[in-house]
Amino acid sequence: MPEYKLVSKNFDYPDQPELQAAVSRGAYEQWKRVLSEQIPPDKITEEVKTAKLRGQGGAGFPAGVKWGFVPKASRKPKYLCVNADEGEPGTFKDRKLLERDPHQMLEGIAIACYAVDIHTAFIYMRGEFYEPQRIVQQAIDDAVAAGLLGKNILDSGFDLNVIIHMGAGAYICGEETALLNSLEGWKGWPRLKPPFPAVVGAFRSPTVINNVETLSGVPHILRMGGEAFQKIGTEKDGGTKLFAVSGHVEKPGVYELTMGSSLKELIYDVCGGIKGGKKLKAVIPGGSSAPVLKPEEIDVPLEFESMAAAGTMLGSGAVIVMDETVSIPQIFMIMARFYAHESCGQCTQCREGCTWIYKISQKILAGQGKPSDIDLMLDLADNMNGKTVCPLGAAMAMPTIAFLNKFRGEFEGMMKN
Amino acid sequence: MRSFSESTRQQALAYLELYPKKEAALLPVLHLAQKEFGFIDDDAEVAVAELMGISPISVREVSNFYFMYHHHPIGKYHFQVCHNISCSIMGAETILGHLKKRWGIGNGERTADGRFSIERVECLACCDRGPALLVNQTLHTDLTPEKIDEIIETLR
Repeated sequence: MPEYKLVSKNFDYPDQPELQAAVSRGAYEQWKRVLSEQIPPDKITEEVKTAKLRGQGGAGFPAGVKWGFVPKASRKPKYLCVNADEGEPGTFKDRKLLERDPHQMLEGIAIACYAVDIHTAFIYMRGEFYEPQRIVQQAIDDAVAAGLLGKNILDSGFDLNVIIHMGAGAYICGEETALLNSLEGWKGWPRLKPPFPAVVGAFRSPTVINNVETLSGVPHILRMGGEAFQKIGTEKDGGTKLFAVSGHVEKPGVYELTMGSSLKELIYDVCGGIKGGKKLKAVIPGGSSAPVLKPEEIDVPLEFESMAAAGTMLGSGAVIVMDETVSIPQIFMIMARFYAHESCGQCTQCREGCTWIYKISQKILAGQGKPSDIDLMLDLADNMNGKTVCPLGAAMAMPTIAFLNKFRGEFEGMMKN
Repeated sequence: MRSFSESTRQQALAYLELYPKKEAALLPVLHLAQKEFGFIDDDAEVAVAELMGISPISVREVSNFYFMYHHHPIGKYHFQVCHNISCSIMGAETILGHLKKRWGIGNGERTADGRFSIERVECLACCDRGPALLVNQTLHTDLTPEKIDEIIETLR
């Protein structure tokens, strides 16, 4: 299975964050072409639709379609929000994109803004990203000084102001409407949809929200054409995907693969297999919200629909590999602790359910569990699943159901009779 | 009462201009306030509210929601240790245990001399290099107890 380096192709050049070095490797070429050839904005959106570029933050919504939802006739200003609130446990691909190739993302931002007629872009970055913030701010300043961003870009009359907005430690702000509230200076409580952000988003204005990786792919679509980009991947998932692999593999790290590559090959071929030759026990394939897979279930294509058919999700592409030494009830407790900590508190069933499951998981680890606890947790999960304002409730419920059903014996083994 | 230094005040006022609505500057202004005062107490909230022309309760609602705003003094060197899945698999609890034993303090506490504090945090997005922690703004990865001791020696 080939690694296919598109958005990660310049990760290994230490000078890539510098403007001149990036430009020498082709940065901003497509952005300059868009402006000099005055490519019609609609044509860019159509190319992105043809490319089948999907949202790479976890939800997988087609990016071009999202851009197309923004009303053209809006008298209000429109905004782009870049979701750089990377917090899904196991995910570290956006950190690499921000630190190692900031100009690629900025070029994608510029092209997206041109396509949707946006003149202000906010990069919502998680508060703990001190180093990424420094690098991206420097990249913005350099690009503005070179006339590639800012006012009257390359004498085209097009203005684009790019602003970094730092979060302050809240996983929920990666959810797009919580992100908008956080950007506006409120606590990060998700909003009910509809209205969707494309119509009523930041500051009550039409807003496009795209992940860092999604935008980083945009210059490549213009360079190679939408059709060629799509063909790298599968029929419905164009291009490539970054996979962040951690845990018990020989070579953890970020790997870029064509959409539709096999999870098993990613673990055994690309990442060199299980560390120390131990036996595989479980794989979380798409961030901690993705239902866990057992070793016999990992021969599955890495694309949104195949993963859904396998009862899990591609999510953010964060693959956590666990060997035979791992205690599943322990991992389950850590996961439950995370969601209990990060539930924003708005919906009762999520706020109470996450905490309740976390407490039961601690009780089981302490040897105080009883067999009925498993059904109680499944019941709590059912009460959260798909019944909350945002997907955090489901993000806790889905892995809960999978861990308990697939490793029921291991939980029961820790219980008193 | 707390008041901002003139340079911080100017920086904060510049943030208000960045956004279509001044209220949107609350998170960055709170970050500035924490940098200036060390933590966000009632007086810091009032100072932020006055500077921004918003009510103190609006500031409280936000400062209480986000985990990076501290409401008590933290150590000069604040150790934020990731305890999520990938870092745990690689030994985060060993790192936490080592810090606690070395300083005789628990999670959320600081040493009597005010130099060090420990906080458990969620995923820091560097899972391939766990266990990981932040000391103030600096990320340290692939930690072992020995490596932690070396880091602490450089902070003396």
